[in-house]
Amino acid sequence: MKYQTQRLAYPYFIAAMGLFLLQVIGGLISGIIYVFPNFLSVILPFNIIRMIHINALIVWLLMGFFGATYYLLPEETETEIYSPKLAWIQFWLFLFAAVAAVVGYLFHIHEGREFLEQPTWIKVVIVIVALMFLYNISMTMLRGKRTVIAMILTMGLWGLALFFLFAFYDPANLALDKLYWWYTIHLWVEGVWELILAAILGFLLIKLTGIDREVIEKWIYIIIGLTLFSGILGTGHHYYWIGTPHYWQWIGSIFGALEVFPFLAMVIFSFYVVKKSSRNHPNKAALLWVLGCTVLSFFGAGIWGFMHTLAPINYYTHGTQFTAAHAHLAFFGAYVMINLAIITYAMPHLRGQQPYNQTLNIWSFWIMTSGMVFMTFALTAAGILQTHLERVLGMDYMDVQSQIALFYWMRLGAGIVVVAAVFLFVYAIFSKGKGEQATAA
Amino acid sequence: MSRGITKTAARNIFFGGTIFFFIVFVALTAQSHWYIVHKSTDAKTLTASVARGKRVWEKNACIDCHTILGEGAYFAPELGKVWIKFGGDQDPVAGREALKAWMDAMPTGIKGRRQMPQFHLTEQEYTDLAAFFAWVSTIDTQNWPPKPIE
Repeated sequence: MKYQTQRLAYPYFIAAMGLFLLQVIGGLISGIIYVFPNFLSVILPFNIIRMIHINALIVWLLMGFFGATYYLLPEETETEIYSPKLAWIQFWLFLFAAVAAVVGYLFHIHEGREFLEQPTWIKVVIVIVALMFLYNISMTMLRGKRTVIAMILTMGLWGLALFFLFAFYDPANLALDKLYWWYTIHLWVEGVWELILAAILGFLLIKLTGIDREVIEKWIYIIIGLTLFSGILGTGHHYYWIGTPHYWQWIGSIFGALEVFPFLAMVIFSFYVVKKSSRNHPNKAALLWVLGCTVLSFFGAGIWGFMHTLAPINYYTHGTQFTAAHAHLAFFGAYVMINLAIITYAMPHLRGQQPYNQTLNIWSFWIMTSGMVFMTFALTAAGILQTHLERVLGMDYMDVQSQIALFYWMRLGAGIVVVAAVFLFVYAIFSKGKGEQATAA
Repeated sequence: MSRGITKTAARNIFFGGTIFFFIVFVALTAQSHWYIVHKSTDAKTLTASVARGKRVWEKNACIDCHTILGEGAYFAPELGKVWIKFGGDQDPVAGREALKAWMDAMPTGIKGRRQMPQFHLTEQEYTDLAAFFAWVSTIDTQNWPPKPIE
């Protein structure tokens, strides 16, 4: 670790891992409720546990992004973080907001728009947290070296904060509500978050493979260009059936289909770079997460997204388990895996050790990935059957659900495997391996 | 690999293209906003009761089990046209009563059936929620959900 303030990443990564565990346990309980509907049905209804599952996901990914930024920005800008104190205040405030939200949910204190269930005062705190963070990193940028990676990362983080502001607009007209709700949701995950992803990916590839910065910077521009050229108008694939005009069926289909290409470019580029690599970096697990991230996000976001992005297909699949299949693999492949990659890379430096427990970390990679892929297959099968029985044949919703119950069992099985792998991952990064003595780095 | 393009060119294409597509998107959003207000939804029937009904919908986080216009949690049925299912389009009073009777009976506690919580809505909230469902069922959704083949 070259800069003192990189250590600011540490509390963020710890909190991220805590919330990650909460998220997957929430998912596990939801999966249990699908097969045992009476499980906890009075004290913890499905809507509450599902809210915790998706909110904890978002918050831990944000924690991870914040941590990643504090870790890589000093190395990129070659200067310390502007105000470590502000970073600490930001951390505790954000953690407080996250915990207050989850505890509130348990007592049924929440709003009711998907992903934006936080009470308004918590949304305001989130904005304050974002402003503190943006001020801090922008000031760091101003006095340091402005590399492309640092610029793209900062742009992505500004976009993240900017598009969150649409969360405050909740008109009485449901169609208008949905029109702008997607400004936050889609322009996050299929827009500015991908800038953050590309920046972290670029940083890790430079560190792990020793690739020339000039080459990577050009490729990052190409990848994020493809991302935003397809992704901005790709929002149209959410504007088919919510009261929006017919032309979105053309725009959404065309640009939605093009959203595959930035992910394809990411896979090709990463593997090319690793093949050409001149450096034999000891942190093999980090490289595995990096490559896994590009492959799984290509399948989860790219291929699984493409399968239902065309309007004539989406007409039938919209609102079925197929969307759940896509969402699970896309979030995992793109944003979970990039966070686990940077955490795997940074932790040994933050804890002043050699890369440790690589075997366990690598096992957790394969187990978690297999679990998520199997879960996606199960939900995909459920989605296809549901689409046919409900949308095509017109069977009643609940009758269809009992027809596809088998796949919910398979999903639960996969979920148990994933939770076990997450515990293994957390153990691997926080423990010292046998024969891997701590050495001061 | 694509030696033809320089970093500066890639950067300029990125910024220029992003600004271009974002402006197009904002313009189309503005047109869609106008279209929703004037064409696909009925501003005249969007009463205070409908607005309150949407709050009831949000306060109870209905979307974290159900879907509405296909968006939500897929754990419970789609409700965009539930008003028509309850016959509210033919007889609004009976539709409201059917909705209330259904929700009052929850949770059923039947083993092996998904359980909808008891939300303890007031009479006013039932009326508002019914108004909300009635209004949502009139949104022009480009014929979604699909009508099953006969």
